[in-house]
Amino acid sequence: MIKSHPDILRIIEEARGDGWVLEAAAKQIFSLAGFAVPRFTVARTAEEAHRFAGEIGYPVVAKIVSPRILHKSDVGGVTVGIGNDGRLAEVFERFRGLDGFRGVLVEEMLSGIELILGAKIDMQFGPMILLGMGGTGVEIYQDVALRMAPITEKDALAMIEGLKAHRLLDGYRGAAPVDRGKLTETIRTFSSLVMELEDRIESIDINPLLCSAGRCVVTDARIILKRISGTVSR
Amino acid sequence: MDLKPLFEPRTMAVFGVSSSNYRHPANEIFTKNLLRYPVKVYGVNPRGGTVNGQAIHRSISEIPEPIDLAVIAVRADFVPDVLSECIRAKARSATVISGGFAEAGRRDLQERIVAIAQEASFPFVGPNCLGIYVPSHVDTFFLPGERMVKPTVGNVSFVSQSGGILVDHLIKFAGEGVGLAKAISIGNKALLGELDLLDYLAQDPATRVIAFYIEGFGPNEGRVFVQNAGKCGKPVIVLKSGKSAGGSRAVSSHTASLAGDYASFSAALSQYGIVEAANELEMISFCESLSVYIKPIQGRVGIVTVSGGHGAIAIDACTAHGIAVPALPEDIREALRKELSPSVRDIASLVNPIDLTGSGIDDDFVATAETLFAMEEIECVLALLLPYVPGITADLGAKLSSVATRCGKPLIAYVPHVEKYAMLIEGFELNGAPVSPSIEGAVLMVEALRRNRP
Repeated sequence: MIKSHPDILRIIEEARGDGWVLEAAAKQIFSLAGFAVPRFTVARTAEEAHRFAGEIGYPVVAKIVSPRILHKSDVGGVTVGIGNDGRLAEVFERFRGLDGFRGVLVEEMLSGIELILGAKIDMQFGPMILLGMGGTGVEIYQDVALRMAPITEKDALAMIEGLKAHRLLDGYRGAAPVDRGKLTETIRTFSSLVMELEDRIESIDINPLLCSAGRCVVTDARIILKRISGTVSR
Repeated sequence: MDLKPLFEPRTMAVFGVSSSNYRHPANEIFTKNLLRYPVKVYGVNPRGGTVNGQAIHRSISEIPEPIDLAVIAVRADFVPDVLSECIRAKARSATVISGGFAEAGRRDLQERIVAIAQEASFPFVGPNCLGIYVPSHVDTFFLPGERMVKPTVGNVSFVSQSGGILVDHLIKFAGEGVGLAKAISIGNKALLGELDLLDYLAQDPATRVIAFYIEGFGPNEGRVFVQNAGKCGKPVIVLKSGKSAGGSRAVSSHTASLAGDYASFSAALSQYGIVEAANELEMISFCESLSVYIKPIQGRVGIVTVSGGHGAIAIDACTAHGIAVPALPEDIREALRKELSPSVRDIASLVNPIDLTGSGIDDDFVATAETLFAMEEIECVLALLLPYVPGITADLGAKLSSVATRCGKPLIAYVPHVEKYAMLIEGFELNGAPVSPSIEGAVLMVEALRRNRP
């Protein structure tokens, strides 16, 4: 994967100074690796934000871009359901006051079930892949399945079945079921990517991975890089 | 590296024996092997003298024959020289009992002995360990023979990072009738670790179950361990400690927080069909069960007892582990009812658990076991026996085991473990059916068969 996409490594190396790959760059990496990502832009000015929102149409989501803010929701750095230019300008102004402001990520608003797809390079066991119910409450619900990479199709299905809330994915109470095939494929592609990046990363959160009847979309992601001696990190 | 001389030595040299201090660990090792094991044992100490009427050799080069196993119990500072001496004398293996290495801040000394051994492809266990115990072959534990409780000879091998945990498990094995093949205390595991012993024991014909007590692995070692254990063809059971360690590190992602050291350890084990024991009760129960039965089950049991309470507690334990207790269909119940003795027939509850009541006799148990084993939905029978009930005889263990053997399905029993009921218990165990001293333990024995995926 990274052989055919040298840009993936370039983006990672560019993020070394920050110690982690910010959302927009992380989404570029996932997009290059074949994952679906929402349409988005990083706007430096309110005008840029308005122009992009005009192109993709409201409602949109706005998120703070800052190398100093790892958990955006914790500082009020995520606003969803923005319906017009006026509201977008307000949000832009508020984000400008947050620590380390570099811009505002504006993206299309999608719906689906929020999952977390993550990776951690374990000292004893190497790359581990995590699937769980996602969103801001992941560490409260702790409804997750964990496996050592590489992930086989059987492993991926067992991970999905292993979630306490897996019935929510089957179309609970009239909702359209999540595309199992897409989800399984997404988990396996992720596992391959993680194994290739093993020496460069510490952990990855794709949270949420937004899953619906048609697709699984990486709507937010961060990649924490391995600390390499001699490199300045956070 | 050939590990066979460690486990099947014909000759042994014990370094550090003292002619004046009979309590020296080396003396204990020397004496027990001299008096009680078939291995030919020589004492070595540069000061010479005698021990137990035997001359102490001043160096390994004075010993008239080649040495298979050197047991080194000298001060840590002297170990590198002794090791080199052994290699020069063409000894084939060693266990380094001495402490005072990495565990005491002397990583340098530990690295030195590893380098010496690696250069010569010379296998050693330790340092800072008890070494090796193979029943009726060899015993490098420095514990006086009369203080040790020894299990019967069997097919479970146990590898432990901690000597104390190992010896404790031997005591429990003895109490529960779990037979031992080999016990290995690997201490600081400077050279030989879990991976090497897993490889050796996987090939060892005397070993059918491999149990480990593990505190932690080196970098990426856990990955190789689970992959190798998963395909070794024998049940591997792991008891892990240090589950809460590492929580203090700052964690920057949700995944790193949710997939902590222990969560990853546990997930990797179960992914590869390795049975993780949460505690000692599970460890002993899993060892006992898997030493007898290897074939995995899905987890559907039939329960027979003479007490409604025992049945109810067993159902709760089964449910907690995800083990099913399928109800008997009407026609099978009616057929079984006709087989039961007249005083039981009208009062027994035959749904599953089957409660034969306090009037139940041996023949009722045998008829019930035959019915349960014949059912396709039932993979395993759990017999909860209360030997104080008047109709149960001491022969029931042997009788039920023979039904199980004939039907080719696992039978697991619960019998309170007191001296008075020993013959009943032996009736099961000597005929290949494991017995637990608790209902929970018996259910764990079923659970072991469900979790093991060789």
